[in-house]
Amino acid sequence: MKQVVTGPIAEAENALMWQAFSLMLVVVVPVILLTLFVAWRYRAAGGQGAYKPDWDRSRIIEITVWGIPIVMIGILATWVWDRTHALDPYKQLPGAEPLRIEAIALDWKWLFIYPDLNIATVNQVAFPVEQPLSFRITSEVAMNSFMIPALGGQIYAMAGMETQLNLQANEIGAMQGRNMQFSGDGFSDQTFEALSMSQIDFEAWVNKVRSGDSALDQASFAELSKPSIDAPIAYFSTVPQDFFSRRVAHFMGMEHEHAGHSDGGDK
Amino acid sequence: MIAASDKVEEQIDEETEFGFWLYLMSDAVLFSLLFGTFAVMSSNLAGGPGGSALFDMKNLATQTALLLVSSLTIALAHHAAHTGHLARTLGWLVVTCLLGAGFLGLEIKELSGFVAQDAGPGRSGYLSAFFTLVGTHGLHVTAGLIWAMTLIAQFLIKGIGLRMTSRLYRLTLFWHFLDIVWIGVFSLVYLPEFL
Amino acid sequence: MTENVSLLFGRLGPDALPFYSWVAFSGALVTLAGGLGFLILVTWLGQWRALWTGWLTSVDHKRIGIMYIVLALIMLVRGFVDAIMMRLQQAMALNSDGYLPPEHFEQIFSSHGTIMIFFMAMPFMTGLLNYIIPLQIGSRDVAFPVLNAISFWLTAAGAGLMLISLVIGRFSTAGWTGYPPYSGVEFTPGVGVDYWIWSILISGVGTTMTGINFIVTILRKRAPGMLLMRMPMFTWTGLCSSVLIIFAFPALTVSTVMLALDRTLGMHFFTNDSGGNMMNYMNLFWIWGHPEVYILVLPAFGIFSEVVATFSSKRLFGYPSLVYATTVIAILSFTVWLHHFFTMGAGANVNAIFGIATMVIAVPTGVKVFDWLFTMFRGRIRFEPPMKFTIGFMCLFVIGGMSGVLLAIPPINYSTHNTTFLVAHFHNMIIPGVLFGYLAGYMYWFPKAFGFQLDRKWGSRSFWFWLVGFLLAFMPLYALGLMGMPRRMETYGNPEWQPLLIVAFIGACLILLGIVSLVMQLWVSIKQRDALKDTTGDPWDGRTLEWSIPSPPPVWNFDSVPVVTARDAFHESKITGVVLSVAPEEEPLLIPRNSTVGPIIGAAGFCVGFGAVWFIWWLMFAGLALAIAAIIGRSFFDDTEVEVFPGEGAESI
Repeated sequence: MKQVVTGPIAEAENALMWQAFSLMLVVVVPVILLTLFVAWRYRAAGGQGAYKPDWDRSRIIEITVWGIPIVMIGILATWVWDRTHALDPYKQLPGAEPLRIEAIALDWKWLFIYPDLNIATVNQVAFPVEQPLSFRITSEVAMNSFMIPALGGQIYAMAGMETQLNLQANEIGAMQGRNMQFSGDGFSDQTFEALSMSQIDFEAWVNKVRSGDSALDQASFAELSKPSIDAPIAYFSTVPQDFFSRRVAHFMGMEHEHAGHSDGGDK
Repeated sequence: MIAASDKVEEQIDEETEFGFWLYLMSDAVLFSLLFGTFAVMSSNLAGGPGGSALFDMKNLATQTALLLVSSLTIALAHHAAHTGHLARTLGWLVVTCLLGAGFLGLEIKELSGFVAQDAGPGRSGYLSAFFTLVGTHGLHVTAGLIWAMTLIAQFLIKGIGLRMTSRLYRLTLFWHFLDIVWIGVFSLVYLPEFL
Repeated sequence: MTENVSLLFGRLGPDALPFYSWVAFSGALVTLAGGLGFLILVTWLGQWRALWTGWLTSVDHKRIGIMYIVLALIMLVRGFVDAIMMRLQQAMALNSDGYLPPEHFEQIFSSHGTIMIFFMAMPFMTGLLNYIIPLQIGSRDVAFPVLNAISFWLTAAGAGLMLISLVIGRFSTAGWTGYPPYSGVEFTPGVGVDYWIWSILISGVGTTMTGINFIVTILRKRAPGMLLMRMPMFTWTGLCSSVLIIFAFPALTVSTVMLALDRTLGMHFFTNDSGGNMMNYMNLFWIWGHPEVYILVLPAFGIFSEVVATFSSKRLFGYPSLVYATTVIAILSFTVWLHHFFTMGAGANVNAIFGIATMVIAVPTGVKVFDWLFTMFRGRIRFEPPMKFTIGFMCLFVIGGMSGVLLAIPPINYSTHNTTFLVAHFHNMIIPGVLFGYLAGYMYWFPKAFGFQLDRKWGSRSFWFWLVGFLLAFMPLYALGLMGMPRRMETYGNPEWQPLLIVAFIGACLILLGIVSLVMQLWVSIKQRDALKDTTGDPWDGRTLEWSIPSPPPVWNFDSVPVVTARDAFHESKITGVVLSVAPEEEPLLIPRNSTVGPIIGAAGFCVGFGAVWFIWWLMFAGLALAIAAIIGRSFFDDTEVEVFPGEGAESI
């Protein structure tokens, strides 16, 4: 499976990682070296340094040791504020109108619905390269976590709630996506194929899905919902309107717009 | 020698009282998390009945009155012990127990009534949170009652002393604490349903 | 639920025995054999009475402390067996099932985390607190000795439930965090999650009481002149840790009780349907869970502070800074819990604020590292094993801190959450940060407790095995996480992962050698205890009060209560020659009598838990009644103390 495919989100997250990592190395590497050096220089058995057993304070050192971490965390904090907003998974990516895909986590497989194309697939999701993708995600079972590692980003899938993730692939290729949150016996194999393809190939793929004769309905969904490990790829040529929203709503008898409120025990 | 041991005893009691305050703080955190959970789940009716359909104003008023008065009587018991009146201490403690038992009886009647109406704790998230919050308070009251009855027995056996007064003082604190929690339950759980 | 619940045995039946896999079956046999072997050994040595009066019913904080640490070391071995089994499975399981079926693998990763946090790290910490803090503050005991025994026995009851789950029934498969709705009955019926709930719930009650006990002990039982700003760092960190305990543990109690109510009484706190809200569980759990990290690590920081000063033969640098840093960390630890679920879909503002709050904790933590560094600076460093662990910690911990800051940046967290990067990060905090600290403390204070030193050579070997083993086991996991490998994988299909997983397994084997070295160290030292004898009570040229008394200390600790005039009180008195205290007191001392209340409540707690797990309601209520009766009975009993005469210098136990 080709894993070198990448997209703007993965690139930005990666870049931020190395940026923050390098900044911290500036402090961390000297600290480690200094620790080893001091330990060696002031060793009791033949160490060279001066011995001042009662020396326990120095204003300059105190200011420095509080100052260095404060400055560093200050810099990082501005990056966090800026990048967290820029890379908000709910934020639509610029460019063309996004392709809308809805993902439902089942035991132990993924159902993808293309509401605008009126088709659905199991364990395979395809999309045109360089087009923004807008996922709405939920779960029918335990909490899952949706991720296509090559494209970056990750978001929980929770029953009765909807989360969102915006991604994009910059290259053509096949990737593996998966559930990242342990959810039972089939967890290890709960992967799906994510295919980034040219616009023409994508249209051909959509036609292939449409040419099948199985519809996603109550019966086929009930069948699909039965727990199974390593389920094969499957296609549904038609999908009822608002299927995803109704699956979200049926758990609660109450409407959660999205899961954007982590308002549990905090008061 | 007697004076010295009194001093030691006093110090031990003081430490125990401090420890008890810490326990109450920890318990206050526990209750505030239960209140928080109730707030989060207050709209999760899942098609089941809400508080306005279930709660009875008269029952609530009686319960609240019983508990508030019991807070007064236990304070009187502590005062009596402090001033060395054994009989009065016992009398007020017995009254406190009766009031507390009355409160519990009404609570059990109310909650079992809900269960009979198919509004038990398994009906909805809201009712789970309601039963757990109110039930936890009720369990605390039960513990307080057992404690109070134990103290009555100990007062009878040991009479009034520093150690016993300190124990009663801690029970009084506990009882007032439960009163405060109940005021929270009253105003955050019940009252909004009547407004 | 259509389970068959009988009145007498609840849902316990013959199918509870572990015949489902040979690995589980041998685990059960080893557990049983260990228990039986212990019973036979005690009987054979004829030591039942000594064990009962000297240890099990003891309310002496020193004995209780030692029992806590013994429990922790036993559980360390059990938790480590789980760890190396996981490493072996993952090293093997490329496109194959390995040797563990999924359900068994899931039990192992769940029990590994649960044991290491609740039954290894917590008892280890509590044991060190118990043994050392009264000695460091010049006190004869903790504030509430019997309560202390009850705390220990409740922890032991929880550990007992944990161990028995290996023999009767199964353990949870829902991980050590027990996230619903997966941990609900809908997805995980059976007794596993209930074992998890009740073992941590019962031990959690004990921990809460420990927190109360030590706050009162530290704030009210210090020797005259021991001002707050003269307290040793370990005592300071113990105080902060205890404060965190009483504020944080209610959240664990609430979250697990609600999960138990969902599972047992069919309530809907965290279920998918009927108005449950599982996000509430995560908030509650981590409101406890994040402070818990600091509950564990602050005392370890305290140990490093003691060790680094003693073995550098120098005053601790920046004591006020270290105190402030500790309290700041304690307070901030309550403001960051949301970083455990940045991927839940909260808005960018919320995520950014919690990310920044998390990184702010790096500031006081960084200050601490610098302060230890400057304590070594201009010192005379002796590389005894505790000091080696400390230097190893300083080098490794900054790496873990760095990966922690990376995880605190929400966009980076989106791509590393739930991967082995996260696993590597928290092991990087907990092994060098927590465990190295406790092991350093164990080797540092061992001569105080037993009157002889631990063998230096095996101690150093253990350190090097732990250090290299840790690096080999967890650096690959950082890399694997960045390659997108999720945690908790029973099998996988990516061939690029396997070499790194094999390296990680080799690392685990080295850690095994580290543990073997610990056992060897103990064995060799006991054999040579005469040669290693500590006759002075001050083998390391110590600085704090615990070194001013004989090793091992008498039951009453101090013949007469010391009068403190400075920080590093004992060191000061060695320099100035001023004795710490006046002559032994004439009057007899009162020390608490042994009490059977501790073991009784422990047994009662175990019955409550076991009954609740298996729906054996009579057992549960019998246990509850027994506990209440024991407490009430105890309160009628006035003659709780016994007189001793320190002047005679006789050991009373």
